[in-house]
Amino acid sequence: MNPLEVHDLHAYYGDFRALHGIDFRVAAGETVAVIGANGAGKSTLLRTITGLLPAPAGSVVFQGRPIGGLPPHAIVRLGIAMVPEGRCLFPSLSVEENLLIGAQFGCRGPWNLARIYRLFPALEEKRAMPATLLSGGQQQMTAIGRALMSNPRLLLCDEVSLGLAPLVVREIYAAMPLIKAEGAAVVVIEQDTGQAMRIADRLYCLQEGRVALEGAPRTFTPERVSLAYFGV
Amino acid sequence: MTEAMDAAPACRIECGSRASRLAGALVLLFLMAGASMPFWAEPASLRALAEFFYVLALAQMWNLLAGYGGMVSIGQQAFVGLGGYTLVVLGLHAGVNPFLAVPAGGIVAGLLALPAGCVLFRLRGAYFAIGTWVMAEVFRQVIANITAVGGGSGLSVTRAVATIPTWWRQSLTFWCALLLGGGATFLVYALLRSRYGLALTAVRDSEPASASLGVSVRKVKWFVYVISAVGCGMTGALIFITKLRISPDAAFSPDWSALMFFVVVIGGIGTIEGPIVGALLYFALREMLGGFGTWYLIALGILTVAVMLWAPKGIWGSLVSRYDLRLFPVQRRLRPVDDERDATPPAVITAAPCAGTLKA
Amino acid sequence: MEDWFNTLSQGLLLGGMYALFATGLSLSFGIMRLINVAHGDLIVLAAFAAIALVEPLAIGPIAALPIVMLLMAGFGYLLQRLFLNRTLGDDPLRPLLVTFGFSIIIQNVLLEVFSADMRGLDAGTIETASLPLGGDVAVGVYPLLVAATAVSVIGALQWLFYRTALGRTFRATSDDHRTAQLMGIDNRRVYALAMALASAVVAIAGVYLAIRTSVGPSDGPQRLLCAFEAVAIGGLGSLWGTLSGGMILGVAQAVGLKLDPGWGAVSGHLAFLLVVVLRPNGLFPKTRDR
Repeated sequence: MNPLEVHDLHAYYGDFRALHGIDFRVAAGETVAVIGANGAGKSTLLRTITGLLPAPAGSVVFQGRPIGGLPPHAIVRLGIAMVPEGRCLFPSLSVEENLLIGAQFGCRGPWNLARIYRLFPALEEKRAMPATLLSGGQQQMTAIGRALMSNPRLLLCDEVSLGLAPLVVREIYAAMPLIKAEGAAVVVIEQDTGQAMRIADRLYCLQEGRVALEGAPRTFTPERVSLAYFGV
Repeated sequence: MTEAMDAAPACRIECGSRASRLAGALVLLFLMAGASMPFWAEPASLRALAEFFYVLALAQMWNLLAGYGGMVSIGQQAFVGLGGYTLVVLGLHAGVNPFLAVPAGGIVAGLLALPAGCVLFRLRGAYFAIGTWVMAEVFRQVIANITAVGGGSGLSVTRAVATIPTWWRQSLTFWCALLLGGGATFLVYALLRSRYGLALTAVRDSEPASASLGVSVRKVKWFVYVISAVGCGMTGALIFITKLRISPDAAFSPDWSALMFFVVVIGGIGTIEGPIVGALLYFALREMLGGFGTWYLIALGILTVAVMLWAPKGIWGSLVSRYDLRLFPVQRRLRPVDDERDATPPAVITAAPCAGTLKA
Repeated sequence: MEDWFNTLSQGLLLGGMYALFATGLSLSFGIMRLINVAHGDLIVLAAFAAIALVEPLAIGPIAALPIVMLLMAGFGYLLQRLFLNRTLGDDPLRPLLVTFGFSIIIQNVLLEVFSADMRGLDAGTIETASLPLGGDVAVGVYPLLVAATAVSVIGALQWLFYRTALGRTFRATSDDHRTAQLMGIDNRRVYALAMALASAVVAIAGVYLAIRTSVGPSDGPQRLLCAFEAVAIGGLGSLWGTLSGGMILGVAQAVGLKLDPGWGAVSGHLAFLLVVVLRPNGLFPKTRDR
């Protein structure tokens, strides 16, 4: 059974339809990348899966259970964690408190404070600092660590490399295999198509709220990806 | 909205509709009939109608401030009270005709709104709301410390009012109330149809966005705040002509704000018709339940809570969204020029908060 | 000189009372950005609840306090869960007017049940006892108890906020309720818990108020203004700020009262206006207003 099955998903912002019947699935232990231009519906897809935007009951199924229409906190407690775009750390909490709040309503599993500090050693010496005083890269590490602390079966990462230096991005993506090794399936939204194709087992390209391309990255020619990306 | 623009390049922007022109004519007729009422109506009905009109005037002023200007005040009683005490000073101490206190009360309130605004405009949202209340308290306690105007226990203004023959007193009160209620309604209407109106709703919906589009947010807010103060001040002076007795507790009572909230919220905030509907309902409820004292007030409280929770647009607002009904249209509508009888409903341009505030 | 010392100490001790009024409001404002216009009426409601309990149970006011705290916490939880949670959103008008409606309801229900008479609680000799400090200087035992309670309540809340998982949850929800939901936090439940906590503190304020002075059903709005001023002077989200705000307010009133008996309350309001003109975010703001 696939952890996540999304079938014929439509999403709206008021009268504006952002997703037109998306089919999307994530298999156990798989890393899936979602690419697409701005406004293609990538973030909307994640927002709908986590319940921040309402979804029809049957269109999102997580581990065999329909979760559409559940409130975000109930969905998250089932084992989906999200690294939100722009990191959204809690400014009045320290780094360690940010990590702990991730664990508070999470599931049992391999991740704890010690292992997060082993994954991102830079965080340990700054554990008592207010989280928003960290550098962008360290903030992103905290956000990922916070999501992992809930021991998710499915980790959703929205634009983790946004606004970060290439070296820092490489450091963050170096952690991905370790995360994968613990058994969680990962969905990554990525602006950088090259980066996405390097790490993903499977790739979705969205265009104006529809899936334009889907499959294993190595089977695509650059021309095909660019056609799906830009639609021209 | 964009479809209408694309499909019909020959459009004109129009504010009215057939219903609204009819309503305008009716209102005019009604006002003329009203003006002649003192010559044929019972004093009791004159008094009741006068009260209706000054409640309407207060409600329209609060509606302008909160519903259109986005400034939620719990302190408009400051200006009602100042108007009332202008009556004390002019009528009792200077010995002039008490009805002159009506315009004078407006001026005094408007002038004192300037220093009050300087302080309050540094506050935002809920801070502003409670700040206005504190300001009203300051006025109340300062007045309560001035023995010349009766101190804390207040005084009677009968001596000033009694100089005017009864018929004239009743008629002038009624005409002033009619002028204030009708005038406040017309003022809000005219203001919203003017260029200021667009700026006003833009500021209410998003201050930063309108500032970036060149609307002087400060100027618009000041304008509305002072106008509302003047309106409440004039009405306050008239109210205490009818009440004959004034005290700081009565003049600066938060109950005035409660009255304004109730009428505007129940009727429909941010609509011109709403306060009229709300005032009618308020008087109807008072007729039916006023004898029950506290239970009546409890019912008003429950009604306010219920409307705010389940029909936040109020009675009129809910009707409008269901039937697209507007008697005092202040929206700009796009209509194709060549086909007046176009069956499709006209696009309505309103400055509704856009869904774009959600990050896609 | 001793005269002024007495004035100052009276002001500080009065400030303790104001701080107690304000702490509940500071909690609900800090966590939910909710200005509860019925806050003062909740204080009065708690006072009357204690008055109603003391006689039939034949207990003293301090023994009634835990019961009143429990009752008020339950009331606050339900109020938030059933009504106030529905008003949260971008429109500041709705919570303001809904709580205003509750203010009218509570006032008039109290009026109907208890009549307009002023009533108080009798705590025995503690009310009038005083500690002489030499010369003409003396401090009342009861005001001292109030001030000590205010400091310990705020100390306890501070501990809860910064040392416990529940406090962490409160702070995270206050920072960003959307992201908090992505952490599995049910923000509506957190808000209801926060309101329950705030209402328990309101119960302390109400009982202490009724011991100090007689209370009438329509006293709520004045209590709200004091509480709000203390919160605004102290700054959003800072509990120690709220305590200092209460103290500043108390001292300003005591000094004004000493200069002229009619100007006590006004000088408190003027102190508030002065602070917000100079520092619109208060003296020690911790949380940014959204």
